[in-house]
Amino acid sequence: MEKTQNNRAWFLVLPVLVLVAFSAVIPLMTVVNYSVNDTFGNNEFFWAGLDWFDEAVHSDRIHGALLRQAMFSAIILAIEVPLGIFVALNMPKKGFWSSFCLVVMALPLLIPFNVVGTIWQIFGRGDIGLLGHTLAAIGIDYNYTSDPFDAWATVVVMDVWHWTSLVALLAYAGLQSIPQAYYQAARIDQASRWAVFRYIELPKMKGVLLIAVLLRFMDSFMIYTEPFVVTGGGPGNSTTFLSIDLVKMAVGQFDLGPAAAFSIMYFLVILLVSWVFYTVMTNLDRQEAK
Amino acid sequence: MAQITLKNLAHSYLPNPKGEQDYALKEMDHVWQDGGAYALLGSSGCGKTTLLNIISGLLRPSHGRVLFGDRDVTDAATAERNIAQVFQFPVVYDTMTVRDNLAFPLRNRGQDAAYIKRRVDQIAKMIGMEAMLSRKAQGLTADAKQKISLGRGMVREDVNAILFDEPLTVIDPHMKWELRTQLKQLHREFGHTMIYVTHDQTEALTFADKVVVMYDGRVVQLGTPEELFETPAHTFVGYFIGSPGMNFLEARVSGTRAMLVSGAGVDLGDDHGTPSGRVQIGIRPEHAVLTEGQGLPVTIRRVEDVGRHRILRAELEGQPFNIVQPEGQPVPALPRVAFVPGKINVYADDWRVAPQGRAA
Repeated sequence: MEKTQNNRAWFLVLPVLVLVAFSAVIPLMTVVNYSVNDTFGNNEFFWAGLDWFDEAVHSDRIHGALLRQAMFSAIILAIEVPLGIFVALNMPKKGFWSSFCLVVMALPLLIPFNVVGTIWQIFGRGDIGLLGHTLAAIGIDYNYTSDPFDAWATVVVMDVWHWTSLVALLAYAGLQSIPQAYYQAARIDQASRWAVFRYIELPKMKGVLLIAVLLRFMDSFMIYTEPFVVTGGGPGNSTTFLSIDLVKMAVGQFDLGPAAAFSIMYFLVILLVSWVFYTVMTNLDRQEAK
Repeated sequence: MAQITLKNLAHSYLPNPKGEQDYALKEMDHVWQDGGAYALLGSSGCGKTTLLNIISGLLRPSHGRVLFGDRDVTDAATAERNIAQVFQFPVVYDTMTVRDNLAFPLRNRGQDAAYIKRRVDQIAKMIGMEAMLSRKAQGLTADAKQKISLGRGMVREDVNAILFDEPLTVIDPHMKWELRTQLKQLHREFGHTMIYVTHDQTEALTFADKVVVMYDGRVVQLGTPEELFETPAHTFVGYFIGSPGMNFLEARVSGTRAMLVSGAGVDLGDDHGTPSGRVQIGIRPEHAVLTEGQGLPVTIRRVEDVGRHRILRAELEGQPFNIVQPEGQPVPALPRVAFVPGKINVYADDWRVAPQGRAA
């Protein structure tokens, strides 16, 4: 039987197309518009070409923010991925405590970002915060509002607290899908605990870990709310990450042209790095299959 | 290598088993000779895998002891027991090459490199994977992976026993036969105790010297293939072994005579006394002969020609009854069936009643 061809079915896609155009494509185009024009208000635009891009590429301020951003993402990935795997390995595999752990682990993920920020902002205060007060009481000089190292530590620990669960839950799902026979075979082969992890658990978790790394990279690279609430990008600009800097530039200083150029490049960088991640990891997969 | 003794062994997966029905394995006492090739045969869910896992130490029995030689290993970990086991579905280490997979159990035991290489090459040759040694195990076909699992199970020479848990399920029929022959040859060469779990009677009968038939958590018979065929100890064995299985007829038995429900008499050839309970006589289809003169009237429903012989699906006394007829013999117009005396088994409540001696 021949299938009836009816191209009018494409009309069904129209509502989505309109919606996406209004919510994403057109706003993005206005950003593009700002990035190649200069404006002094009144909706008057003067062609600026690639000047703003040129300025952004050579701006020390943006370089600094990019460096801090890359450091931040690298640090939290280096902590959250191994820690998440470690937690997943030690979670009970079945029964009441497994459900209990799952619920507790999911809790941080359900808290809105600015609430997480507020929690840690208060938690770390020397006068009323449990953490800040305790540290002060045992004689550790901790002040996240004046010491860049303390500010970094607070922001990193906060992110670890907020997001390690995600890695752990994904890794846990990966672990649960390993058939019992693999562990039995390993016991019969007298494999060490390390060998079981290296040759059974890690390969089976690879798929979900790839997703975990990708998600954590993208999220951490775009992080805004939490450090903004806790440190506001300070002290000085020591915790001013890319998006905080971008908001300062666009909304604080109202430099719409440079900010638009900045955000377009920011978007491209995230896209590029994610693509590189993905390609490298799927290629590794394919090579192994050979 | 060691003789394996199961002493009063029983297992229940429930923490507080109430009655017999709660036991996956009912109490049993068995000795598995060192160097024997055993097949554990039974339908799915009869406790075969449970028993295997108890022997390998993956499962601790809730009752009884397991002995290797004189050593009580009931509480010993799998690694201490020095046993190899091959599972139903292939278990390979995906990220390793085929060579590393085969070498893995030896490396974990700290054997020296030259020995490992020699041994791996030997095993690779046996399973026919010499050409693939440097490939990653990931992406191989299911039967190639299962061959690796088999190879990994056999790579150690000093094991106490090698256990196979339906290892050829995923292998294609041609390869199945070949691998089974290789296993058998390996058994002759090295004399490992081998225990082979299967629900396929051909596999069991061709592989093993001794077949252990399990039914409902119980070992119902341990014997040579011939014993299982000629004198099944339990109706399940009669029904499970042979194709088609044994025919059973309700009867009353006294001495050398059996009386069927219809009142027809059958000469048993041996004196079976007067068993009580539910009494049945069992006749192998191979031991039923079609005649024209004597015997019981039978209705033939269907004839299946399987080459070397024909299977007649018949009806006797209203019950289905199978007869195996040698090639080239005609089906009579008014068929009757006679039984070979001395080849008839008598069962009381499903268990075989041994004859008390030949009648005069």
